[in-house]
Amino acid sequence: MLRAVMKLFGRDDDKPSGKIARDRLRVVLIHDRANISPEVVNHIKDDIIKVISTYMDINQHDMEISLSDDDNSVALLASIPVKRIKPQVMSSRNMHR
Amino acid sequence: MSDVIVVTSGKGGVGKTTTTANLGVGLAKRGNKVALIDTDTGLRNLDLLLGLENRIMYDLVDVATGRISYKKALVRHKKHETLFLLPTSQIRDKTAVTGQQLIDICNEMRGEFDYILIDCPAGIEQGFKTAIAAADYAIVVTMPEVAAVRDADKIIGELNRADKDRIKLVVNRIRSHMVDSGDMLDMDDINDILAIDCIGQVPDDEMVVTSTNRGEPVISNKKSLAGQAYNNIVGRICGEQIPFLDLRKKTLFDKLKQILHV
Ligand SMILES: Nc1ncnc2c1ncn2[C@@H]1O[C@H](COP(=O)(O)OP(=O)(O)O)[C@@H](O)[C@H]1O
Ligand SMILES: [Mg+2]
Repeated sequence: MLRAVMKLFGRDDDKPSGKIARDRLRVVLIHDRANISPEVVNHIKDDIIKVISTYMDINQHDMEISLSDDDNSVALLASIPVKRIKPQVMSSRNMHR
Repeated sequence: MSDVIVVTSGKGGVGKTTTTANLGVGLAKRGNKVALIDTDTGLRNLDLLLGLENRIMYDLVDVATGRISYKKALVRHKKHETLFLLPTSQIRDKTAVTGQQLIDICNEMRGEFDYILIDCPAGIEQGFKTAIAAADYAIVVTMPEVAAVRDADKIIGELNRADKDRIKLVVNRIRSHMVDSGDMLDMDDINDILAIDCIGQVPDDEMVVTSTNRGEPVISNKKSLAGQAYNNIVGRICGEQIPFLDLRKKTLFDKLKQILHV
């Protein structure tokens, strides 16, 4: 009822709870179906850090990796804050030119 | 040769036993010879829903252990004479019957019955594994709530792992006014998420409770919307093409809201 009143005043930013339920279910089922334990996710994270660190300084603590629903397929999303690119990487690229 | 159908859900209290009882009565009313097997050992209810609780002599555990024949344990329904119940034990637990024992019992019964419906306990442990072992296909019952849909998804995964890939969905206890206001998962959302063939949409209906009180499944009550929905599921199981019921009851308030576009 309150939502109906809010709608009258042009405020429609709160999603109906049915849609919130749907969106939450989609995410939770990706994890359920993939059957990946948090431990495995941490291993993946460590390995990514190892590879990336040879090329860049990264902020490990703010790094996030997650599974997400991407049009009927599952994607692994990694968000890795980069502090700087290591100089030797840039020079080696120059050498290849 | 009969169809053996397991009614399962993962989550408790979503309406497995209610669905089993109603489909059993509905299939029997159409002249089929039907056996209902309760596998919720230790927590039996199917006898109560059918009004047969005072007529039980033997149970599934007696049959599984070979003490007596299944024919001796079957309880015939008074009103629906082609409907039979194989009750389970109220004092034993889920370890008392194995999957192989249930397969053997069903194989013996197949020649005599058109349909054998198995009421599954909640959970994914031994009781579930026993219940699904003998089934040709599964009816997964869920409700339009996050926990019930998540559990249904889990059960579908478990059924697939057990090579039971014929699965139908029943969504029970739909509150249409909440669906209309956007406060309940709707059928499109659930179909989208679970991606299995839906054969039933049953409304939340107080007559389910009153009919359970009486021990007469609601499918016999022509006035009940849930009863009609169950009857339609029975038709679909028998291969008929039946459109889904419109569960919305338009009240004056709904109409007013429509006019005001809120
Ligand atoms: N469509 C419905 N409308 C209203 N109440 C229902 C409906 N379906 C089931 N119930 C009620 O929900 C409860 C749980 O149902 P039950 O069939 O015992 O679930 P389960 O066997 O899955 O544990 C019961 O009290 C039953 O009367
Ligand atoms: Mg039950």
